Amino acid sequence: MSTTLTTQESSALAEDAAAGGRAGDSVFAGFSLGAGILILASLAAVALFLFLEALPTFQASAEEITGGAGFWSYIWPMVIGTVIAALIAIVIATPIGVLVALYISHYAPPRIAKPVGYVIDLLAAIPSVIYGAWGTTVLAAALVPFYAWLTANLGFIPLFSGPASQTGKTMLTVGIVLAIMILPIITAMSREIFIQTPKLHEEAALALGATRWEMIRMTVLPFARPGIISSVMLALGRALGETMAVALVLSGGPLTASLVQSGNQTIAAEIALNFPEAYGLRLSELIAAGLILFLITLVVNMIARAIIARYKEFSGAN
Amino acid sequence: MSTASLRQPTSSPSPAGRRPTLTRNQKPKWLVPVIAVAAVVVGAALAALVGFSTALWAVLAAVVFLVAAPVAVSAVEGRRKGADSLMTYLVYAAFVLAVIPLISVIWTVLANGVPGLNSNLLLTSMNGVTGATDNAAAAGDGPVLGGAYHAIVGTVSITFWATLMSVPIGLLTAIYLVEYSKGGWLGKSITFFVDVMTGIPSIVAGLFAAALFGLLLGPSARFGFVAAVALTVLMIPTVVKNTEEMLKIVPNELREAAYALGVRKWRTILKVVIPTAISGIASGVTLAIARVIGETAPLLVTAGFATAINWNSFSGWMTTLPTFIYYQILTPTSPTNPDPSQQRAWAAALILILIVMLLNLLARLVARAFAPKAAGR
Repeated sequence: MSTTLTTQESSALAEDAAAGGRAGDSVFAGFSLGAGILILASLAAVALFLFLEALPTFQASAEEITGGAGFWSYIWPMVIGTVIAALIAIVIATPIGVLVALYISHYAPPRIAKPVGYVIDLLAAIPSVIYGAWGTTVLAAALVPFYAWLTANLGFIPLFSGPASQTGKTMLTVGIVLAIMILPIITAMSREIFIQTPKLHEEAALALGATRWEMIRMTVLPFARPGIISSVMLALGRALGETMAVALVLSGGPLTASLVQSGNQTIAAEIALNFPEAYGLRLSELIAAGLILFLITLVVNMIARAIIARYKEFSGAN
Repeated sequence: MSTASLRQPTSSPSPAGRRPTLTRNQKPKWLVPVIAVAAVVVGAALAALVGFSTALWAVLAAVVFLVAAPVAVSAVEGRRKGADSLMTYLVYAAFVLAVIPLISVIWTVLANGVPGLNSNLLLTSMNGVTGATDNAAAAGDGPVLGGAYHAIVGTVSITFWATLMSVPIGLLTAIYLVEYSKGGWLGKSITFFVDVMTGIPSIVAGLFAAALFGLLLGPSARFGFVAAVALTVLMIPTVVKNTEEMLKIVPNELREAAYALGVRKWRTILKVVIPTAISGIASGVTLAIARVIGETAPLLVTAGFATAINWNSFSGWMTTLPTFIYYQILTPTSPTNPDPSQQRAWAAALILILIVMLLNLLARLVARAFAPKAAGR
């Protein structure tokens, strides 16, 4: 492809014979179209190949599947675990992420806001395996006394029932690490939208005597609500699919209600931990688990994108 | 972002000589600092009651301040000002809370990584390094042998192939979206599915590549190129989105001027549109590389795990920096003495973070260096 283009490129503009130019046009248009279709095809291929490789699992009898009770009872606890981890992360990260975005857009002086925005972007660029390593060596150990306190004082709630893990490698730790990882996503997207709030609305609110918080509540938040929701949905998609942090931090096991004991497992971590040694039906099982994860995140992301698309149509920004 | 214009006139300190009626119902300047000091003291006392620790002290002091300061402000200035100050302090608290883990992560990597950063790490592989060597090193009978050279080689070659595949596809798709599909259904569905692709979990991309090559070459097909295919799936959406944004901001006047001179569309794109947007495109590609270079999960399921140097992406298992870190931490070379493995893992993590940061920095420099004005167009 590149050779055709470069030879045609080198011919001077004036010598660009009508026929050759037309050929160049259609070749270039064809390649662009082909690339676009290739992307659609590759997404379809992801679904197709996962399904083909997962097929043996769906056809196998229940006793052959790990756990001996069929695929759905094998995957179900991990679906729950995946959702729990992502929910903890969302619950922690959403308020903090939105407040930090407000800090950058409306509270910090411009001199500070810019570097802070850059630092938040860097936070998003740190590879997940490093967050995982940090979570398992630093954070988990630091949270052990906190978990002991939780079980002692709030142990009557099933979520915090003891005995607390002595290593801190629990679901709650995973949730906190995931929260730290998705915080930059929520912050970066919310900040972009907060900045786009019409200046006239803000100034009108202030001119009517609103305090800064009232101004934000009356002009910025209503304007940005769809954007915040979609940023949270995208962050949720990321948290659902995150592998390394969970695989390194969680000492997994069967489904338990307590968040401060070891136990529970997520789909992504189950795949990462078992795939390298898997063969035959086990391999197919794990690919089937990946297919389930793909479908879950696909639905979450499509909802997020639909909200964004709807929002774009009605936004006053363009 | 004109924060100055948002600041309320009432919160600025009144200049000297003003009539006192104007400052009536305003909190005195000393109020908040005094509450802050009191909160620190009360926090220390409460922490001492429960069992003193610095973290607990900080948390309790912050909570006391976040309750006391708004209450005091609303007592002096009214409920609305009280709510305003509560939100202000919450925003600042959230910011501090968000920065703490970042500092902790960077500090951990630096403190644990710098001691292991030596020529051994950079220039040797793990070939022949066994638990016995690590036990000897832990007992003080020799240096920590083994390094991440093979992982660096793997990272470079796998990322190279992924870039080579995803950049042309991503660029051409973005060109199709901006220049050819004028809001057609195909363009719309490509945009939608590229957005959806952004959210594919990285491990699913890895499984896809493994499944694809598994069907083609048999179930145990694991080599560098499989991983590169997985990374391509992750990289394409980023390249498309970035390039699309950049092409969109090229002014239409430039295209129209070219057409008016009788230049063909494809030449206009190659000679006018892309050179104008090249800075943004290049920095977008660099950021996409920075994103996939730290991916771990897809490599675990596609590239296997090697301890020796392998330059060939088309046969044999490969290790990259992230998988090297992962395995060194999860399954130390010597199970009884994990310290040498931990040291290698953190040093590799430091190298990885440095690469990612450098790529981010490079993206900014590239964006500045190739800016359209400087290109003389």
